[in-house]
Amino acid sequence: MSSVFHPLLGGALIGVAVTLMLLFNGRVTGISGILASSLGRPRPSEWWRWSFLLGLLAGGAVMFSLRPELFANQSGRAPALVLIAGLLVGYGTNMAGGCTSGHGVCGISRLSVRSIIATLIFMAGGFAAVQVARYLLGGAA
Amino acid sequence: MRSLVAFGVGVLFAIGLAVAGMTQPQKIISFLDPWSWDPSLLFVMLGAVAVHAAAYPLVRRRTSPLLDTVWHVPTRRDLTTRLALGAAIFGIGWGLGGFCPGPGLASLASGDSNALIFVGALIAGMLLFRKTEPYLGLRE
Repeated sequence: MSSVFHPLLGGALIGVAVTLMLLFNGRVTGISGILASSLGRPRPSEWWRWSFLLGLLAGGAVMFSLRPELFANQSGRAPALVLIAGLLVGYGTNMAGGCTSGHGVCGISRLSVRSIIATLIFMAGGFAAVQVARYLLGGAA
Repeated sequence: MRSLVAFGVGVLFAIGLAVAGMTQPQKIISFLDPWSWDPSLLFVMLGAVAVHAAAYPLVRRRTSPLLDTVWHVPTRRDLTTRLALGAAIFGIGWGLGGFCPGPGLASLASGDSNALIFVGALIAGMLLFRKTEPYLGLRE
């Protein structure tokens, strides 16, 4: 897979997807917000959130059946580290009111200063964490 | 009807993530690491933002969305401790696991045990935030 063409193409598909959500439903495609709001008793007015999440799973399943190599996890991260990572991502994203989709794609596209700053901090935090992980894993990261 | 659109958006979003290589956590980790830099994520962002930034003003010319009477787009402009602290916590987790919420969910069907662990912990982290939020004393 090219590291320029395929990312650009995949990114453009994501751009089309979030544009359709805006055009039809008038909403930002913020995956963490949608997931957080779905954790509770489902109400009929909230069904679109469940449908979106189901679509995300279904799209992943279709792609996995076509091109399983796109899902090869070669990060070498231990399950315990992934568990801590998940907790931090879930906690942080709800505190910050968005993740890479809501702030990173939708927010930056409408030039939201909050989202641009959040995305820069995401990257700074990620950079710091990768350096720490590299040190802890003895350069294996 | 809104749910049908949302389902389609989810499918397309997941296809985009997979095509872009974002369902491979090592690509995220490498993007965040200048010593083994993989620019993929940068081009994903460029592709997505280019399309949506071009379309956004055109869509917002309408008085309302096609299937709703009002827009639900955030309008806040204030910078808060909560935003910065939450983003830092998110970033650290992102770099440690190489997953953010979208790719984690889209990878579930692959059966990758790390994706399952990540999504479980992601939900637990969200519930934990909901429980602890009142004690943090952070302005909304």
